[in-house]
Parts: sequence; structure tokens; C-alpha cells
Amino acid sequence: MSPIVGVLALQGASREHTDALGRLGTTVRQVRLPKDLDGLDAIVIPGGESTTISMLLESSKTFEPLSELLAEGLPVLGTCAGMILLAKEVLDGRSDQRSFARIDIAVRRNAFGRQIASFETDLYIKDLEEPFRGVFIRAPGAQILDPSVEILASVKRENGEETPVFCRQENVMVTSFHPELTDDLRLHQMFLEHL
Amino acid sequence: MLRGGVIMDVVTPAEAKIAEDAGAVAVMALERVPADIRRDGGVARMSDPAMVEGIQQAVTIPVMAKARIGHFAEAQILESLGVDYVDESEVLTPADEAHHIDKWSFTVPFVCGATNLGEALRRISEGACMIRSKGEAGTGNIVEAVRHLRSILGDIRKITQADQAELFDWAKQLQAPLGLVQEVAETGCLPVPMFCAGGIATPADASLVMQLGAEAVFVGSGIFKSEDPAPRAKAIVEATTHFRDPTMVAKVSRGLGDAMPGLEIGELDTKLAERGW
Repeated sequence: MSPIVGVLALQGASREHTDALGRLGTTVRQVRLPKDLDGLDAIVIPGGESTTISMLLESSKTFEPLSELLAEGLPVLGTCAGMILLAKEVLDGRSDQRSFARIDIAVRRNAFGRQIASFETDLYIKDLEEPFRGVFIRAPGAQILDPSVEILASVKRENGEETPVFCRQENVMVTSFHPELTDDLRLHQMFLEHL
Repeated sequence: MLRGGVIMDVVTPAEAKIAEDAGAVAVMALERVPADIRRDGGVARMSDPAMVEGIQQAVTIPVMAKARIGHFAEAQILESLGVDYVDESEVLTPADEAHHIDKWSFTVPFVCGATNLGEALRRISEGACMIRSKGEAGTGNIVEAVRHLRSILGDIRKITQADQAELFDWAKQLQAPLGLVQEVAETGCLPVPMFCAGGIATPADASLVMQLGAEAVFVGSGIFKSEDPAPRAKAIVEATTHFRDPTMVAKVSRGLGDAMPGLEIGELDTKLAERGW
């Protein structure tokens, strides 16, 4: 039986993730309320505004049950805002912004600048032969807090620093960029292979 | 990344904070909300850069600002301020009665209003990367937003059924580039996201336009011209997320106080939606 993968659909790019996973033959369920979490094998937290998604997780009473599932080891892929929501530390978030703290990274929101600084670049991802086109929109940047976090791709900044943009720790995968906005399904496939 | 979200008009940094706290995905910085522009009359222009900057500093979410139709110098100024999106908006007094801004010459993305599919495709051909159905701003009356959404989405549905010969005629009727008409016929949707604006005043209004096919909503006067803005803002955010779930929309609609005072479209002196060509 194909796994049931949830896509958090409170706000943001849930439709593209739903399409990408569907094309890979996965059973996809959009998650808006606690009842939608029943029986999931994995979940995707998409891009959007992290402050908005955070507020809606609280108001829909989905934060606590999802947090428990993630703590029990539910595999999760977080892209852009999803990365922020899974990070242990949010360096410049709002004081009331909550995170699931599932991966030992610190993130800076909009680390690559505002909307006007959005960019695309080829990423060389560990385990993938061909480069992957990374779409960065008001993207967060990660700092690694624990050596057990594996850096699967990073981007070289103008100041010469390497900023991790794709990290994995156990069954938590996070990206600064938007794999769902390209037709390339390899990253979703990588996620599903680890289920 | 604004989809499924609410973009709120704000005129001060304090209002921007209230909007962000309520879960807005972006704020629109402007000097007066449409209801006040309508009441005051005169020429409505781009906001004071100091005000835009004050709002940029107050929030972490994207900040949009409005330029007058055709006023590319205002748009250049807004781009230099680092706003996240420019709205070439009929709510301000048009600066050019024939030409819209050549949006391809900018890096900053533009959102533009449209009342029908032809207008939407003309704006896209000029470089708009987001369309909002216009509605009638500052009225608190949803009827025009519904008319424009139904017109755009209804024509898209018809075009998907048209054969190749009919598409030439559609392009002519819509006064839109054939290539874009063919693309819409093939994909069944606009090549850019379509949001809804103009007249949204309640959580039920947000649910209505989302069910009709809008991908996100702009709320102008509807929040800060209501009796109690903060809870109404949050309720509209929740209704936009749970738009298909009437029990959730009912729950968030309780006890919000008075919505903004509404205006009958037939009694308006100026219809803002008629601006733009």
C-alpha cells in the first residue's frame, strides 16, 4: 500500500506539494484540523508565511497533536516556512512564534533578503547526480547546532560563506528553497524513500 | 507564497503590527484606506516613503505598496525602498489614461487589478505576476468582487472548451494576446495566481470568494473601518484557511461587532473598478 502523506494546508504552497506527491503515486491528504492527522505516515510543511501558519496551527488546535506526532518520529519535510517551523531556534522570529524544534539548526528568516532578492540557482545535492534547480523566495538560512545534522546542499554567499540550504537529521528534512515550484520530483522522491 | 492568505491594508506601523499579529501574510502600506479616499475625494497618490519604511520596520511579513496606474516613477521609488510587491492600483488616481506601467522593466513583482479576463491577460502581458479581481474598493459591498471573479473564471471555463478557430476570436473579443489565450485554454487557469479584492468585510465574504476560486484575499477598509479590527482581522484569516468548512467560519464569525458601513454600488459617484484599460 502506498504511504499516506499529509500536507499542512493552512496557508502557502500546499497545492504544489500535493501535486508533486500525487504524481509520485502517493496518497496525499491536506491537513487543516487535528482530525486530518489520523493515520499519517509522513507530513510535509510547505512554504508560506511562518507567522501566519504558526497562528493558524494554534487557532485550529493542530499544533499540540502535530508536535506530539513529530516528537514520536513522524517523518517530515519542511520547505521554506516549513524549515522555520521545524528549527530548534528562530533567530529573528516573533516572540510568540512557536516552533516544533525537531531539527538542531538555528534559522534566520529572510536570510537571503526580501522579495526583490529572490533568486534561482543550481544546487549540488548529496546523493543526486544531476544538479537541482533551487528556487529561493525570501528564503531562510540555517546554522547547524549539532554535528548529527547532515548538510545535503549549501549555497555560497557573496561574502564567501557557505549557508546550508538543505539539511537532514534522522527523519526530518528541511530546505530553504521550494522544490515544489519546479517540475523536478527528485527531492520529494528522496523524502519518500526514507519512509 | 501568499496563497491561502490575507493581505491587509494598513496606514500606520501600529496597524501593520495588528495585521501581522492577526496572521496576515502581507500588508499593503497606504496613506488612506479606500473608504477614506472615496470620502475625501481629490487626487490619491503613492504613500510617503517614510511611512512605507516605518511599516517595513514594524513587521517581518512582506510589505506591498500602491503606485498610480501608469506612474512608473512612483513604482521606481517603491522598488528603491525595497517593497516586496508594487500594486499598480485603480484605488489611486490614474496617472496615464492609455498606458499601464511596463512591468517587465522592473525587478520588483507587480500585482494588478482586473474586472474581466481580457484585462487580466493584458496586465499579465505587461509583466504583472499576480492578478486581483478588482471588486469595488472602499464599499464593504462584495457584489462587484463576485461579478469580476465570476466573469474571469467563467470565461476561463468557456475557453477551455473552445476549439483552435474559436480561440482566435476569443483573443479578439478579449483584446488579449493570442499566446496567453491559448495557454489559458490549455491549462484552465491564469498563468499567475489570482487573488480577490474590493469589498470583503466579513469572514463569510472571504469564504465566498475563496469558494468561487480566489487563491487569496485582499482586505482594504474592511478591517480597520470595522468596530473592532483585531478580532475581525484574525477571523478573516481563519475563514480564508477553513473556507470550505462552514462550522469553522460560523465559529470565527461570532461576536465580531459591527462590520464597516457598506455602500450601495448604484449610489456611487465614482466607480474605481472602471479605472484601467
